[in-house]
Amino acid sequence: MTTSTLNGTTNIALSFSDEQAMLLDSAKSFCSHKSDINAVRSLLKSDSGHNPDVWQEMVALGWTGIAIPEQYGGFAMGLGSMVPVIESMGRHLLGTALITSTLAAQAILRGGSEAQREKWLPKIVAGTVGSMALLDNEDWGSKLCGVSTANSSSSDSSSKIVLSGKKLLVADATVADFFIVSINHSGNPALAIVEASQLTANAISANTLIDETKRAATVDFSGVTLSPDALLPQSEQALKDIRLIGALLIAAEATGTSAATLDCIVSYLTSRIQFGRLIGSYQSLKHPTVDILLQMDSSRSLIYHAATLLDKGPEIGPLEGDTEVACRMAKAQATETLLFAGDRAVQFHGGMGFTYDCDAMLYIRRAQWAQHQYGDAQHHRLHLARLLLD
Amino acid sequence: MSQDNASQAEFRSQVAAWMQDNRPADPGFLLPQTFMEVGSEQVLDFLREWQHKVWSAGYLGMAWPKEYGGQGMSRDFQRIADEEMKRLQVPICFNVIGLGWAGPLILDNGSDYEKEKYLKGILNAEDIWCQGFSEPNHGSDLGSIQTRAERDGDDYLINGSKIWTTMGNYAKYMILLARTDPQAERRYNGLSFFLAPMQVDGISTQPIQKITGEYGFTETFFTDARIPANCIMGEEGQGWRIAMQTLQYERGAEAGAAGGISILSIVMDDLLRMAAEIEREGEPLLKDPVTRDNLIKFMIEEKALQLAEKRIEIPALCRDYPNSIALSGKLRSTEFFRRMRQYALSLQGAQGSLYVGDPDTIGGGFWQRAYLNNFSTTIGGGTSQVQANIVGEHVLGLPKD
Repeated sequence: MTTSTLNGTTNIALSFSDEQAMLLDSAKSFCSHKSDINAVRSLLKSDSGHNPDVWQEMVALGWTGIAIPEQYGGFAMGLGSMVPVIESMGRHLLGTALITSTLAAQAILRGGSEAQREKWLPKIVAGTVGSMALLDNEDWGSKLCGVSTANSSSSDSSSKIVLSGKKLLVADATVADFFIVSINHSGNPALAIVEASQLTANAISANTLIDETKRAATVDFSGVTLSPDALLPQSEQALKDIRLIGALLIAAEATGTSAATLDCIVSYLTSRIQFGRLIGSYQSLKHPTVDILLQMDSSRSLIYHAATLLDKGPEIGPLEGDTEVACRMAKAQATETLLFAGDRAVQFHGGMGFTYDCDAMLYIRRAQWAQHQYGDAQHHRLHLARLLLD
Repeated sequence: MSQDNASQAEFRSQVAAWMQDNRPADPGFLLPQTFMEVGSEQVLDFLREWQHKVWSAGYLGMAWPKEYGGQGMSRDFQRIADEEMKRLQVPICFNVIGLGWAGPLILDNGSDYEKEKYLKGILNAEDIWCQGFSEPNHGSDLGSIQTRAERDGDDYLINGSKIWTTMGNYAKYMILLARTDPQAERRYNGLSFFLAPMQVDGISTQPIQKITGEYGFTETFFTDARIPANCIMGEEGQGWRIAMQTLQYERGAEAGAAGGISILSIVMDDLLRMAAEIEREGEPLLKDPVTRDNLIKFMIEEKALQLAEKRIEIPALCRDYPNSIALSGKLRSTEFFRRMRQYALSLQGAQGSLYVGDPDTIGGGFWQRAYLNNFSTTIGGGTSQVQANIVGEHVLGLPKD
């Protein structure tokens, strides 16, 4: 037991190429220009939650092709290179469907047939939006997840498949061109590609989310008829991998947002005067702010560690061992950090913090959203315990 | 850990074999985890014999010059030897102030006479060194040092007192920071640095009993103690600069430290092993969901601490707060270990209330002592609260109190 534990915790690989450093710099600069706090607030009540022009610019920058192999029109930089981009987006609360579309692409890349890859991946690089429809209930750890909601009507594998059931919290559903849906296909978990045009009328019911910078919906797939070639042949492994990659990307985004939250706190602590002193001079505010910094440092180290291991592994091989550990640790750490930072940001702003006008509200709401995407901290620690303690 | 070449790999296995063959038998007391735990002659003799043995075998001071007791080899070999000593958890090389502070300083700044006089005794553990920086009323605020050093003919007369002198009662020499010019315009400019002999009239030590009930530190009193003027290192008024140089040695093994492990490390695996052996309600604690969740939290934190050491080498990933990892390292690691050891005791159930000396303690009371001793790290060298101020002010730019 202890030997395997040692092996499981001693991997501290961390590398960052010059190419990735340039990507981080340009993503930081792009996001800060395109998504200042006024731009973020102007989109809070919009339907799509993002500016389509900015999305097109992101496509033009090649961000939709970063982790896609060259033969499908991508730039083959590896998933690890998505981390600095997504982190920068989180830093400026920049919306868009990049995360969910990246995951849809990875699902097809990892689980799809050659024909499916050739059909869909170049389109995704060009800006076609895919979204992941995975959740059947509130529990990311549910054994039923991916198998319970959408049933095929026939056990004959050559015939058409009719779906029935809904998926919850489907990210950016209203702008998605297609969905990757987890289904129960004759008792087996599978992933299917469903085009938006195949949905019945009123299938998408937008959610009211606590995080107004994000968009998600309940999507009813009932009545959608698929031919068997809509199924991804390697669904089971792809589903497992996507959940881990999703956890990492949400962790990267949350880490960026923690940095923004810290900036917001520090800016207030260095300008607000009470009882004749800048409030940042009070240790009761100073020390927890330092705690946020240290936790954010941990989050950053962990997301780039996971990014390093993803890029070291095979381009589309399964995520196992240290890589799985790293993704789960990153998610557990990063969203707990943001929860703490967002919570303290509100508190430290005093009366101002209780208002909608105070930006701290954006961060605390993002924190609540982020913790529940792709498994909360306790979910990942439960899995880590199985990986590292048994 | 960088990849060994063939000769390094061979050397590594040679060190490992020697350490295993020569590891001392159980001395009947808990091995000191740090050099601050040398509280009796028995422990002193044990550690002195061990360090002498390691040095005789050629595994200490490997990168120091041959004429002063070293091996004149590349630093890589010492690093490998240290890694093996750490891995195999052999006893520490306890003459830490000599090996890690005074020695490198003398190598860098000392005269041939000083190198000849001091270095070999540091390595073979014949001459124990202590450090006289902190004073009773000033904690780690070195700028406020009051101990006086007054030139009197060929001597300096020393008056004042120092505290937290590790092994002060056993040391032959002290690196001493004292005030030579009380009128200096900037208080730092009035300090001087001495390689002071301890066995002279007018110097006395009073052992301090620690929270563990053991000894290891003294308070050191100077009453018209006369030390030769040539004990000064550098010139009058340069003491602060030299002291800062010394602190740099403490932080980086690359800077010239003789090597040897100075801490018997406790890692998560030690805690996991304990959790695997303890049962609650008929099941190992390692199966208990609450314990598992807590252990994983510690493991995530440990991993993040280790990764920070790697990330600091990648400037592109440290742009936002370039000093953050370096300035917060002490705060993070010492507080992590404090909480981890506290948790270890909480897992012991009723046995956690026993202490060193009771035959029924788990591991001889290893965790009890480790937890209490850990406060030396969250307090010494600037308390965690002072560290948090430093990080808040120098990394985040928050205003001073």
